[in-house]
Amino acid sequence: MTQIELRGIEKHFGAVQVIKDLNLTIADNEFIVLLGQSGCGKTTTLRAIAGLETIDEGDILIDSQPVQHIKAAHRDIAFVFQSFSLYPHMTVFENIAFPLRATRGNRADIEREVQAVAKTLQITHLLVKKPSALSGGDMQRVAIGRALVRRPKAMLMDEPIGALDAKLREEMRAEIKRLHIKQGSTTIYVTHDQVEAMSLADRIVVMHEGVLQQVGSPHEVYARPANMFVAQFVGSPVMNMSDVTVSEDAGHARVVVRGAPTSFDFPSNLTAQLAVAGAQNGNLTLGVRPEGVLVSREAREGFVPVEAHIIEPLGSHDIIDLKVGDQMLRARTKSGFVRRPGEAVWARIDPAQAHFFDSSTGTSFGIRL
Amino acid sequence: MAHIELKGITKTFGAHTALRDLSLEIADGEFFVLLGETGAGKTTTLRLIAGLEKPTGGQIFIDGEDVADWGAAERDVALVLQQYSLYPRYTVRENLEFPLKSRIRRVEPAEIKERVARVARTLRIEHLLDRKTDRLSGGEMQRVSIGRAIVRKPRLFLMDEPLSALDAKLREALRTELKNLQMNLGATFLFVTHDQIEAMSMGDKIGVLNNGQLIQIGTPQEIYRYPVNTFVARAVGSPPMNLISGKLGASEAIADEGYRLPFDAAPGAGLDGRPLTFGIRPEDLFLESGAPGEARVHDVENHGVEKIVTLRTGNHFLQATVPAQTDLEIEESVRFSWNPEKVVLFDGGSGMSLRHAG
Repeated sequence: MTQIELRGIEKHFGAVQVIKDLNLTIADNEFIVLLGQSGCGKTTTLRAIAGLETIDEGDILIDSQPVQHIKAAHRDIAFVFQSFSLYPHMTVFENIAFPLRATRGNRADIEREVQAVAKTLQITHLLVKKPSALSGGDMQRVAIGRALVRRPKAMLMDEPIGALDAKLREEMRAEIKRLHIKQGSTTIYVTHDQVEAMSLADRIVVMHEGVLQQVGSPHEVYARPANMFVAQFVGSPVMNMSDVTVSEDAGHARVVVRGAPTSFDFPSNLTAQLAVAGAQNGNLTLGVRPEGVLVSREAREGFVPVEAHIIEPLGSHDIIDLKVGDQMLRARTKSGFVRRPGEAVWARIDPAQAHFFDSSTGTSFGIRL
Repeated sequence: MAHIELKGITKTFGAHTALRDLSLEIADGEFFVLLGETGAGKTTTLRLIAGLEKPTGGQIFIDGEDVADWGAAERDVALVLQQYSLYPRYTVRENLEFPLKSRIRRVEPAEIKERVARVARTLRIEHLLDRKTDRLSGGEMQRVSIGRAIVRKPRLFLMDEPLSALDAKLREALRTELKNLQMNLGATFLFVTHDQIEAMSMGDKIGVLNNGQLIQIGTPQEIYRYPVNTFVARAVGSPPMNLISGKLGASEAIADEGYRLPFDAAPGAGLDGRPLTFGIRPEDLFLESGAPGEARVHDVENHGVEKIVTLRTGNHFLQATVPAQTDLEIEESVRFSWNPEKVVLFDGGSGMSLRHAG
């Protein structure tokens, strides 16, 4: 049972503030992913929890006990780095057994525990080898084994598979997920890879410039991004963003993309919801993911004429750039749906998949249609 | 603007054969992508066309003329590489002007100004013109490199993994920009990459290269739908095509692992009992209660717009694309089937597509 709580964490490196008033509660057994670009403060946060970095302000609580003044070694937390950090002169067995030597003397116990961990990670056949004889993936398995063997209160992982090639990364990602389900230890995992975050996390913590942007399940972060940064950081291709003005006309809301001759049709309650949220024309950005842009080959009620520009055939589907005035709107369609660039088609924005943001602060108005 | 033809090109480096009897044609104004792993021979092909290497055998034609005796400068091609080769102490403007100031070209100052302005506009780097190149981000530097290549209006653009060093978001943006640029210029592009998404999304035609040999040339749709062998089947598409070994039964495919999926072979095709490989794309494999195949969920990859499920059948893995709202637990037991119309048949031994084998 391990619960971790961060309260008002602040951290400076010289004049640069790398963590700003960070608050987060991590439940027992939870798999949390800190997601962000390099320099966003995610690794510093992880290192602070591990005790490898001091903090300037705030409290770090493990099972309700403040630990910020306790040394790393006494926090009972395991850390897995991107670089494998194995002892080159020791065998895999000795590497995994190493953390147990200090605490548990009994040789038979050590043997049993190392064997159990090796079995879980499917590296039993490697136990007699030296790290230099291992592949990158196997080295990282051993590093994880060494972290697991002493049954720490929590596992912290800093881009543990970032150095591996794509195929191996996919395999190891699945293994880490399966291991977590089996072992059930509280895990905090740092990555800049949004697919990794979406696939592993119970909850994702998106960070940017030292500030926590959003905490939520993968679905929440994808479908209900709190601001423009999260909206564009998560998901590929990136979410379309356009400055828009909204007006009311004959029981409909009309959304005009800046520079476009026509307007998109929205349910009438949009204007009321925007007013309640304090949104104003001139400071309004519409965000919609490519799958939220619906495309028709014939004129249809509620669809506006647009021109297909570039078509990216990705095999399973196409990504199409649609010219809306002088703006581009990317849409996702079935493979081969629009036959050639230059074709006239019709588009509509699915109101249920539309997001409205404050253009100056980037914050979502939280409109749900 | 150029038409390129390679005829029976072979290139050896000592005992190593880098290219083997390679023939291909690139039409004027075409965006041609060579797709292959490291060491497949992509860069060698580019360097041969650029005139930086000489072929051991075979001929290269530019607009119908054999260019064997032409030097690199006479071929008038522009080469853009993964690592940007900009002059760090020069501004962006000076870097763009540089290729035009060469004495052999003798471009008038007014025209230099005009061309640099146009290129800067096309690549959206106008605001960077007076900045030194060491103050640019990776994406900006790559745009300037491309700008330096297009400013002198070469006959042909050769691009060697120009986007590989950039992060994913930038790659996505520059992909469309490059394609857009090529369409606007109407220029001939030969683009080399190991990234199948780049190949699929930008190429008018793709040539799949493996171990110095061209395995298949076709439009992205042709390569994706009708791969000539199991190598190409796995080289394009992400996740790649599932390959299931088995044989044909009466109106069904029988996987070696025992499960049976519906499949009607053309009568009299003489395939009964012959070892086959069934190829099926992840989007044509679906989960459905009561479906004939049985598997366990090994992994779920969440892409937001959809999920990619890895299924475990015995000792093998299959991948299926499912809607984003599908909820699956690891190790959950599921049933699956496929769309039999989308199955591609390969010979179990050679891996050649039966459709292509005739």
